[in-house]
Amino acid sequence: MLKYLMKRLLLFFIVIFGVVTVTFFLSHVIPADPVGAILGENAPQELIEKMERELGLDLPLGQQYSRYLKGIINWDFGISLRTQKMVAEDMRVYFPATLELAIFALIIAIIFGIPIGVISAVKRNQLPDSISRVFSLTGISMPAFWLSLLFILVLYYHLKLIPAGGRLSSGISPPQLVTGLYLIDSLIARDYIIFWDAFHHLIGPGLVLGWIQMAYICRVTRSSMLEVLNEEYIRTARVKGLKEKVVIYRHAFKNALIPVVTMIGISFGYLLEGSVLTETVFGYPGLGRYAVNSFLSLDLNAVIGSVTLIAIAYALSNLIVDLLYAALDPRIKY
Amino acid sequence: MNSNNLHKKLDSWKKKHSSEISDIKESLFLIKRSPLTTIGLIIILLLVCVAIFAPIIAPYNPLEMHLDNRLSSPSKEHLLGTDELGRDILSRIIYGAGVALKIMLIVLAIDLPLGILLGLIAGYFGGWIDEIIMRMADIFMAFPRLVLAMAIGTALGPSLRNTMIAIALTMWPVYARLARGQTLSIKERTFIEAERALGSSNLKIIIFNILPLCFSTLIVRATLDMGNIIRIAAGMSFLGLGAQPPTPDWGLMISSGRNFLINQWWVPTFPGFAILLTVFAFNLLGDGIRDISDPHLRRGQG
Repeated sequence: MLKYLMKRLLLFFIVIFGVVTVTFFLSHVIPADPVGAILGENAPQELIEKMERELGLDLPLGQQYSRYLKGIINWDFGISLRTQKMVAEDMRVYFPATLELAIFALIIAIIFGIPIGVISAVKRNQLPDSISRVFSLTGISMPAFWLSLLFILVLYYHLKLIPAGGRLSSGISPPQLVTGLYLIDSLIARDYIIFWDAFHHLIGPGLVLGWIQMAYICRVTRSSMLEVLNEEYIRTARVKGLKEKVVIYRHAFKNALIPVVTMIGISFGYLLEGSVLTETVFGYPGLGRYAVNSFLSLDLNAVIGSVTLIAIAYALSNLIVDLLYAALDPRIKY
Repeated sequence: MNSNNLHKKLDSWKKKHSSEISDIKESLFLIKRSPLTTIGLIIILLLVCVAIFAPIIAPYNPLEMHLDNRLSSPSKEHLLGTDELGRDILSRIIYGAGVALKIMLIVLAIDLPLGILLGLIAGYFGGWIDEIIMRMADIFMAFPRLVLAMAIGTALGPSLRNTMIAIALTMWPVYARLARGQTLSIKERTFIEAERALGSSNLKIIIFNILPLCFSTLIVRATLDMGNIIRIAAGMSFLGLGAQPPTPDWGLMISSGRNFLINQWWVPTFPGFAILLTVFAFNLLGDGIRDISDPHLRRGQG
């Protein structure tokens, strides 16, 4: 186990290093004229040169790379051209927002996904199964940005159930910073008005992402349950005369849970990705929207920062999944 | 005489490939028995027809603007209404089918050969080549797909062609890993050893003995990915990093129709249905084909 842990950690760092290098290539090597793209074609020569110096683009590639690596190790990505603030500072504000949204969506996905998946497996090929399969396939096929638009049209405009977007209403100031997650911070500050308002703003994007992730969790739960229900020991349990409920929940469900836990971890990675589109539509001030805006305005430092952070978070969730997997299933030996 | 000869040839061909033929027959039978898969297949076939015959089916030119008829609601003349430039939305959706299918096919046409090639090399030769290729795959898989595609798309400049390259670059590791796994298990089998003993070169073994056996697994995986490719491409277009105006691309149509969501809901809504239906159909088909190709599940259906 220890050997596996070391090996897996080593791989994690190799991957992070690779990710950072790929990002360097994408930001420094491939674009023919990054400064020209930012300033426009007709920018005066001295302005271009000044900017190249500022971004360090006039140095040889090797030096650019070492400068770039040093920056990342110190978690210093420089200043964002768009917001005129330190990129690391910006991300400290935006990342918790995405984290909060992702956790919120994941809770929705788990609460609905697992029971529906179990019912689907138990009632295989019957009506509940067909309904849940179509429902979850729809979730998997759903373009997140379009569903977000529909939610705004129906839930905000027609039913007035959710606010149009953002993270807090305009008259409400954020709670005192502890974790950066407004729901938790407002509870710590015992300010229930902020709590309710933040919750209200999470519903729209949370439901969009939650539904899509629920679909994945539901499918994995279903197929994992089906597999377990076919096992010999389930037959034995039934032959022993145990009640069907006991067989399903005590014997089958527990063993079916391992792939589900894996899927939940993978879901977390997907959520980071889905947040890019959903946050953009809902105007939710998270890392995803920050990334999109930096991409669209060719804000090089912010692009590098947000891509690196998202990739690290993604790789970290994969690492946790792998370790959990090894810890949960005693049969797996490395 | 001639037809007799042909018959003989056909018979011998049938005999030679009898196992494949019966396999296909069985698969078709299983597809027919699963209504959801059949529905998926029918939708896809319709979609392909729509894409091919778009100029005949579409009531209007998808690029023709009528500024006097902007944002008109669905009516008899324009079944799904018109957009902000007075273009017929139905016609644009019909032409969009071709765009979506083209993106998907080109991405797979890049990824399948690339993934297979790298996977075969990694699996067959092993050692440091394997290490390098697979670690590269790990790195590319460490990015969330859309974020990497966005980064590549931005670096190359926003266009439909670059979107396809970007998506292809994010997906090859999946195929490389699969092909490698298959190669590893196949190359240990006795018949490969026999080939080698007979003096076949590595290249010959890879092409004639291993490659054909990898194919089915990779095709199944590709079917499962088809919907995903279309969805990611739509997301890229929506963000402005993919297809550029005036291409009748579904994601782009939603993106430009977004401003009219509240008062002219039909502009962004209908293209979204097209994406949903298409991705849904590909997922139905992919699920069905995976179930059929998995002998474990195949038995379970009886």
